[in-house]
Amino acid sequence: MSMAAVADGHSVRVIGLEDAGHEGPASKRIITGFGFWIFLLSDIVMFSCFFAAYAVQSGQTAGGPSGAELFNLRNVAIETAFLLLSSFACGMASIAAEVRSHLWFQIGMAVTCLLGIGFLIIEFREFADLIARGAGPSGSAFLSAFFALVGCHGLHVSAGTLWLLTMMAQVFAKGFRADILRRFLCFALFWHALDIIWVAIFSVVYLLGSAA
Amino acid sequence: MSDIHGLPHQADLAPGDEEVVSVKVRLLGYLVGLGLAVLLTATSFFVAGTDLVWQPSIPVAIVVLAIAQMGVHLVFFLHITTGPDNTNNVMALAFGLLIVFLVIAGSLWIMANLNHNMMPMEQIMQMQR
Repeated sequence: MSMAAVADGHSVRVIGLEDAGHEGPASKRIITGFGFWIFLLSDIVMFSCFFAAYAVQSGQTAGGPSGAELFNLRNVAIETAFLLLSSFACGMASIAAEVRSHLWFQIGMAVTCLLGIGFLIIEFREFADLIARGAGPSGSAFLSAFFALVGCHGLHVSAGTLWLLTMMAQVFAKGFRADILRRFLCFALFWHALDIIWVAIFSVVYLLGSAA
Repeated sequence: MSDIHGLPHQADLAPGDEEVVSVKVRLLGYLVGLGLAVLLTATSFFVAGTDLVWQPSIPVAIVVLAIAQMGVHLVFFLHITTGPDNTNNVMALAFGLLIVFLVIAGSLWIMANLNHNMMPMEQIMQMQR
């Protein structure tokens, strides 16, 4: 941001002011959003470690079942649809918050919540089914890595669902105050980021695992 | 987004915020994003189960489709774009992606190398006798 003042004969021009953006510190919304974006990126870096562990160990089945024998792609497709639609519903709630519509905000968030819970139920049943068939996390290195990666994403969705319910209650009780809207901005970013992680999971873990 | 001076596009954007304010345009953005995401997901699932294409190309196709869909999510849902007000967000994203690439590619490379150089398991067993 160069603020060099140049005296060219009669007038003093300030170079760089017109493209220097706003003056003074950034608004609190931008600082909060950017800080949360940094957190999300570090969360994605953490997930990349789980992905690396899974990629290295995906073939180490210790004589046990491989992914192709265990995965049910129909369930995965339903989970994917639930999470994608809930991300969309979260976007609708963002627009409702922008135009300060309480009714549409609560509807959008309720749909987001129900789809998220539906996702969690399917995932929980999948895990319970795998463990009942003797393919629990202690079965092989492949299964350990699988449960760690997919379970970590499931934990994130569970935490996100709790956060979602908190946001519904806070908007209901306190209205669209600036601080509540900042929290909701962070929540929306978090929820969309979880969907991005899920894209990587269903592609790398389930589709590649079934194709191989 | 206009700041207190009434000049448009002067302030930086928070991640997730959009420049346009019209509800119709925002709604259209989410609908386009949803449509593209559904299309890419459906293609991905179709490619995984089909025998219409050359089999060794399937993993590459799935990875490419996944990366494309992540890009769609970033642009249409998180509103991380290449706009001038979004520079800081994109720079942070680029650094994050660099780390992700190093972690995943580095792990695969090193572990494959170690695996390749490791003595076969039977010989290790014989040495332990």
